[in-house]
Amino acid sequence: MSSITDRALGIHPQALQVASRRMELLASNIANADTPGYKARDLDCRAALAQAAGEQGAGRVRTTHPGHLQTGGGQGDTGPALYRVPSHASLDGNTVDSQQEHATFAENAIRYQASLDFINSRVSSLRKAIKGE
Amino acid sequence: MELSKIFNISGSALSAQSTRLNTIASNLANADAATGDPKTVYQARHPVFASVLEQASAGSPPGAQAAAGVQVTGIAQSQAPAIARYEPGHPLADEQGYIYLPAINTVEQMTDMISASRSYASSAEVLSTTKELMLRTLQLGRG
Repeated sequence: MSSITDRALGIHPQALQVASRRMELLASNIANADTPGYKARDLDCRAALAQAAGEQGAGRVRTTHPGHLQTGGGQGDTGPALYRVPSHASLDGNTVDSQQEHATFAENAIRYQASLDFINSRVSSLRKAIKGE
Repeated sequence: MELSKIFNISGSALSAQSTRLNTIASNLANADAATGDPKTVYQARHPVFASVLEQASAGSPPGAQAAAGVQVTGIAQSQAPAIARYEPGHPLADEQGYIYLPAINTVEQMTDMISASRSYASSAEVLSTTKELMLRTLQLGRG
């Protein structure tokens, strides 16, 4: 998996994957803003991106057969979701801070769009190169 | 596709919040429903929310927790005793001249309504952002 197109796209496909996984978690945080006992979760973006991108990491066990046990490593794995440190105590055990979740969601949406734009521009560069324009 | 799960998650939140708005509407509508018997008086209803884990998609690595939607697990009825009011002239008054009103605090219900509508709006906004991003993803590479 290191064809010229993969190399041209760089880290952005993995970044999209991490961003979409993170969006899912943030959406469930916002959805559960009123659920008693719900604990807000998020990804450690840097670690998740490093893990998603690091499929050639040294010393990692590879699965080469569908019957093999999943090792949890490899491409597409974005690492575990971590619990957020609550910024304020709440009587019903809910740790969602709606404002913070909204801000993070907006930021994450921008990151996702940025990765999309990068991929788009790389694709159009490749297309230009192929056509010889 | 991970983004499409958000439609389920936020959709469940919209449904739960609209159930909450429904119970609030019912509580407010019945806030002045007087009866002559304390046992038959209307009791305030409150929805009970619980998070429900989405099914992890096939091939997702172990340890990756699935995101959670919301479901209404039940409607709890308030156990607050009815408020007795002395009104001998009321057609529903009992032998002692009392009528019974539900123990519903209108201000409390109104603030609950504002909270519910804010939460509904949040999830609706998440949905519209997700929809926009998904549409842009579908257009990928066409530019």
